[in-house]
Amino acid sequence: MEFLIILAVLALVVLFVTRPFWRPDSDRAVAPKDVAELEAARDAKYREIRDAELDVRTGKLSQEDFEAIDRTLRAEAIEILHALDDARGRVNGAARERLPSERR
Amino acid sequence: MAVVGRALLILGLLTCAYGIGVSVYGARSGRREWVDSGRRSVYALAALMVCAFAILDVAFLRNDFSYNLVASASSTTTPTLFKAAAIWSTQAGSLLLWIMLLSLWSSLVLFLSRNKVREIAPYATAVLLGFCGFFTTLTVFVHSAHPFATSATPPTEGAGLDPLLRHVTMMVHPPMLYSGYTMLTIPFAFAVGALISRRTGAEWIQVTRRFALAAWLCLGIGIMLGARWSYTELGWGGYWAWDPVENAALMPWLLATAFIHSIMIQEKRGMLKTWNVSLILGTGTMAIVGTFLVRSGILSSIHAFVSNGTLNWAFVALIAAMVVVSIGLVIWRRDQLRSEARLDSLLSREAVFLFQNLVLVALALVIFWVTFFPLISQAITGTQVSVGPPAFRPFVVPLALILVLLSGIGPIIAWRRVTLENLRRSFVFPAAAALATLAVLLLAVGSGASAFAFAMFGCGAFVLAAVAQEFWRGTRARRAMSHEPAPLAFAQLVRRNRRRYGGYVVHAGLAVLLIGVAASTSFQHSRYATLMPGQSTKLDGYTVRYVKPTVAATPARLSLGAVLAVSKGGHPVATLNTRHELYPSQDPSLGPIGRFFNGSDESRIGLTSGFTRDVWTVVNPSLQPLQGLIMQGDRLFTRLERDTMPRVVGLPLAKANAALAPLWQARDRAIAELVARYVNHPWPVTFLMIVSPLVMWLWIGALIVVAGALIALWPIPTLAWLRARSAAYAGRLAREPA
Repeated sequence: MEFLIILAVLALVVLFVTRPFWRPDSDRAVAPKDVAELEAARDAKYREIRDAELDVRTGKLSQEDFEAIDRTLRAEAIEILHALDDARGRVNGAARERLPSERR
Repeated sequence: MAVVGRALLILGLLTCAYGIGVSVYGARSGRREWVDSGRRSVYALAALMVCAFAILDVAFLRNDFSYNLVASASSTTTPTLFKAAAIWSTQAGSLLLWIMLLSLWSSLVLFLSRNKVREIAPYATAVLLGFCGFFTTLTVFVHSAHPFATSATPPTEGAGLDPLLRHVTMMVHPPMLYSGYTMLTIPFAFAVGALISRRTGAEWIQVTRRFALAAWLCLGIGIMLGARWSYTELGWGGYWAWDPVENAALMPWLLATAFIHSIMIQEKRGMLKTWNVSLILGTGTMAIVGTFLVRSGILSSIHAFVSNGTLNWAFVALIAAMVVVSIGLVIWRRDQLRSEARLDSLLSREAVFLFQNLVLVALALVIFWVTFFPLISQAITGTQVSVGPPAFRPFVVPLALILVLLSGIGPIIAWRRVTLENLRRSFVFPAAAALATLAVLLLAVGSGASAFAFAMFGCGAFVLAAVAQEFWRGTRARRAMSHEPAPLAFAQLVRRNRRRYGGYVVHAGLAVLLIGVAASTSFQHSRYATLMPGQSTKLDGYTVRYVKPTVAATPARLSLGAVLAVSKGGHPVATLNTRHELYPSQDPSLGPIGRFFNGSDESRIGLTSGFTRDVWTVVNPSLQPLQGLIMQGDRLFTRLERDTMPRVVGLPLAKANAALAPLWQARDRAIAELVARYVNHPWPVTFLMIVSPLVMWLWIGALIVVAGALIALWPIPTLAWLRARSAAYAGRLAREPA
């Protein structure tokens, strides 16, 4: 009985871990590496902008300092967004190129 | 089922080896199906370990003494709840718990990040499986760490759970500590993955940040539950003894505190990359050092397991490998770890965080040095010099004070830079609160009191005022914008900035906790008193009267206690019951009666807790007046056993039990008569009595810390996050130059 249980568990484990080889999950959306990193940088920059706004509203930052910091942060955010647009464009372009060749 | 349990462990080990191989190959070749298969290995391992753990726990619950582990740590008289938890009171059982928790947390982080960090995740998977594989190898190949070892001739009764562990906090304390240790290996593994794959940006931090915070919270809860256990169970009246195993949890907690602050700087500014990876690699290593200290018994501790040479060398090898790989990776990827920005000003939150990081690391290093000093001294001089709590205080006290002060300065200072005028405005109220507190204390207590307590009260008041000011200013700012009622504005402020305000709550909680520590250690009064029933003694204005002795005798436990009446100024304050409990030993050499008095023991304290002070008592009855009778009983019952046993040899078990029953009944009556003398012919009993102010605030502070950490951990609601993102995108459209 115990031997049968062990065999059944072994079979289940083998089937489970090797599933990606015999049924690849091709539809899953995985963010390309540059896009993922830039998205992380973008989210962090947005948080920084919000924090600076909260700091000036709570009196921790002077208006002049805030304006200078806010300008810098937004410029950095725009830079990240541009880089993100470029990265996404490259990924989409590569996907478009791949599609006709796959159809052929 | 022990065979199945063993098979599950071997299968788990094979799964680890397979998962490491396919993950690394998947990462090197860029083939997603291999990476997915590696991730699934972690899920499979978690399922296997949960099943293995369940088999062992069921054996404990069913009193299956054919399992060596069950026979050594449980008994039929162990309460069911403690039977379920007895599994982690053993070396092998706690190793199994470690693997199960690590595989579960690893599964969770890999599931949540399955569509992210695709270059880092396979290496992180391999590292996590490497840790699981290491611990599984120990349970499979090291005999003393084998949880499914069985005996062909099982005993009819187990040795029982150590009485000191029969405490409700012990049900939760070890799983909390192990969750903390295991979760700290997750950012460690992702940091290694980030370094190998050269993805050293903020991506790996975003994936593992919550796990670092959860690890910090679990370790913190574990530490506080341990402190509570020590205070209410160990019978010495303290909550922290600088024991090596206590320090083993504190060191990674301190480093994790530094890490969860400094990653904010990397996320925001792209700075401190080298520092952050070094910190988390050090924290992960320290978590394994902590596990090693508990397991190895290399340093004298009441919490450690018995030393085992093979296990010790395996751990030393793992720690050495972690140190070498960590240093090697940081040096190898130093170009990838360059900062993207510089510190704008020393008057900024970044600078405060940096200073706070240095203090935390210094604190961890000091604790490490003093904890390991006995081993260091042994290595150098050949003699192990033991150091106690006094060796920690000269370093820890000033560093703790600086840390508390910084936890107040951090929230009131802005990121990047501040003007002196803003700084002055932010500091006035907290500084005034600190000075006012000091002035009131000087008037109330006088200048002769402890300087440490005064300084801690001042710093604590500064932090509480700073946090209160932050909440007030934030609510006011939100009301000015949204015109919401104050309570709603307050709730929305916290809801929309959980990480920031959750962190402030944690700071406030820590200040409250440390005020409790300062007051209870500096203004504590304690004394030993030996009293007869009806006699009383005085302590710090309280009168404690020994009203009467109490006694209880069952085959599972003997209890000798006392009822104490506490009063102040003639008014009754509380009636306290304290007991000393004796558990029978299974060692027959102690005698048929003596083994009931000379087994393991524990103290049940009498405690009345209040917001201003605790009155803590413990009874320590001497058994000396009973020794003569115990020896007499041993002689009598040894003779009776010798006469009875030959008559039952060869009888079926039921008949043998029936024949022996009168003997056991007579023995139980004799024991009951013996302990009854404690009440009928009472003798002087020694009590330890302690009056400590503000201890309650230590536990309240800990609860505030937990509440703050939960606020910070709680996921941002999807809708609010989407709204925030949309607003930011709108900002881009509004401001981006055409």
